[in-house]
Amino acid sequence: MNLGWFMMRRLFQALLTLLGVVTLVFILFNWVGGDPATVLAGKMASAEDIANVRHQLGLDRPWWEQYGLFLGQVVRGDYGTSWATHEQVSTIFLTRLGPSLTLLLPLLMLQTLCSIGIALLVAVWRGSWLDQGIRVASTVAMSISLLVYIIVGQYWLAYVWGWFPVKGWSDSTWVNLTQYAVLPILLGLMVSIAPSVRLYRSFLLEEIDQDFVRTARAKGLSEFRILWVHVLRNAAIPIVTDVLMGLPGLLTGAFLLERFFSIPGIGREIIMAVERSDFPLIKATTVYVALATLMANLLGDLLYRWLDPRVRLE
Amino acid sequence: MVLHHSPSLWRAARSRLWADRVGRYSLLVVIFYLALMGLVLGGALARNWNEPQALNYAPPRWFESDANRVVPPPQSLSVTDISVPLYGWRDPLEPNWSHWAQEVRLHPRQAPILATTRLLGADKWGRDVLDKVLQGTATSVWVGLIAAAVATLIGTLLGAVAGYLGRWTDDLLNGLYGILTAIPYLLLVFAVAAVFQKKGLVPLILILGLTGWTGVYRLIRAEYLKHREREYVLAAGALGASHIRRMGIHILPNVSHVILVQFSQNLVGFIKSEVILSFLGFGVPVSAVSWGSMLNEAQNELILGKWWQLVVTTLAMAIFVTALSLLTDALRDALDPRLSA
Repeated sequence: MNLGWFMMRRLFQALLTLLGVVTLVFILFNWVGGDPATVLAGKMASAEDIANVRHQLGLDRPWWEQYGLFLGQVVRGDYGTSWATHEQVSTIFLTRLGPSLTLLLPLLMLQTLCSIGIALLVAVWRGSWLDQGIRVASTVAMSISLLVYIIVGQYWLAYVWGWFPVKGWSDSTWVNLTQYAVLPILLGLMVSIAPSVRLYRSFLLEEIDQDFVRTARAKGLSEFRILWVHVLRNAAIPIVTDVLMGLPGLLTGAFLLERFFSIPGIGREIIMAVERSDFPLIKATTVYVALATLMANLLGDLLYRWLDPRVRLE
Repeated sequence: MVLHHSPSLWRAARSRLWADRVGRYSLLVVIFYLALMGLVLGGALARNWNEPQALNYAPPRWFESDANRVVPPPQSLSVTDISVPLYGWRDPLEPNWSHWAQEVRLHPRQAPILATTRLLGADKWGRDVLDKVLQGTATSVWVGLIAAAVATLIGTLLGAVAGYLGRWTDDLLNGLYGILTAIPYLLLVFAVAAVFQKKGLVPLILILGLTGWTGVYRLIRAEYLKHREREYVLAAGALGASHIRRMGIHILPNVSHVILVQFSQNLVGFIKSEVILSFLGFGVPVSAVSWGSMLNEAQNELILGKWWQLVVTTLAMAIFVTALSLLTDALRDALDPRLSA
């Protein structure tokens, strides 16, 4: 099967899935949760107010028209205004994306580098006290909630010892990177390294016992070269895919960090939207993030096949 | 003649699990927590967690001795001192005063004697931290258990149907799977939480259970896909066993180990999610307490230097989650037929 045909099919699948996500969001917000008008009109609303809001939202129309309206919103990328602040939802997204990425891209890069480093160590000396020790440490580290790391880290490192600003954000990316984002990134690493070390260790172990490694060793190559060129290159394929697939989840994944450190990112916006029942914002986030996930999956698939010619297109 | 008896999968797994030192101890810890949960939910332990037992922020007993604490005099409950100057206004409640004073005299009530220290300290309202953490443990573990049961049930049912029937049923369910996994898990949980509006244990369990079944589904579907072509299933079909019987009686026992491991893995995940949801205020109602809501209170207490609730909650949660994660790994090792060869 050639690449163009494969791409076409995958794109079509992704489009169908996206349509499914949109439908799910539509059902969830229009029926499961009861009448959105009662949420928007507030607690002291009269029947007339509610009818008025229902008319404005188009809720008095038949469901297929409402569904059509929502599809139109999705296609145009225009989700109207936030119920809480009356800002354009698209504006909210564009302004919150920068802070989120300033926090998350360094976090992702550091996490990947540290995880690969530690995974290499424990894979080479597997079964040793180092491997055992890191396994125990990462199990314990994972079992403590991110909440505790944040509470304790923010209190001791930032408030008591004053090594970092307690919270805040500035307009300059450089100041953010060197001051405000440092502690959140460190705390984020505490919980995110352990699972990836575990995963990457298994990827590495799969390659380290292969015949080509034995051959390389028999040829008299140095252990360094075997590890970096022969093993890591092969293990890099699933690692790269894993990192890529993790990208969209990051957008929402760091909402706790953003909330505690008052970083005006997308994650914090979602929590506030849930608190305020700001439906347009939640709907838009869900659709956008699903779109990003589908694109990342598609890209990951392509990359996988490009990096590893043994994988067949099907 | 000696018949060589080969142990069943479960018996072999049990002995392997017990032989594994880590597996054995983590199993014991998990059983201990489950027993605590049973006692608390049955009302045998920590029943009065919501009533003040001590002065507010009473420290742990071993940390600060009673001698250092000044005990404030018990508050009097008399209604004699209401001669506050009212600047020419009459208190609109004045006609009731004499009635209230009489009521107080009729029902003499001793102000409760509050302790100055507790074993693990007390919180802002003087509630005992030990009682609270027991109650919180019970809530968190219970919510996790039920949600994991719901998710495992849904995942197993749909996975079995999709894998066994194949064709359009499989396509349809795979589509649903694709839709749910396209949305990051916590975002999906938030979206559902935003829609539900109501706080309470039942919505919380539904939120976690209805969104978290995808992992079970994927694995069970793959197992059924594999097993439906196996000879023992074909033979059962040839003998006239119905599809339902083949799915439920013949294949299900052979994939039950996958279900158990998935259940245990889901439990870890759901407990962590519950803690985050309750911390943010989207989880347990105010009338209940869980690890998440305790961490939420502890966050503000830490700034005042009252660290005990944070430490106790963190320890209680970390021990359980560590034991459960280790148990999941040990279960997987013990049940993996490939290792037993």
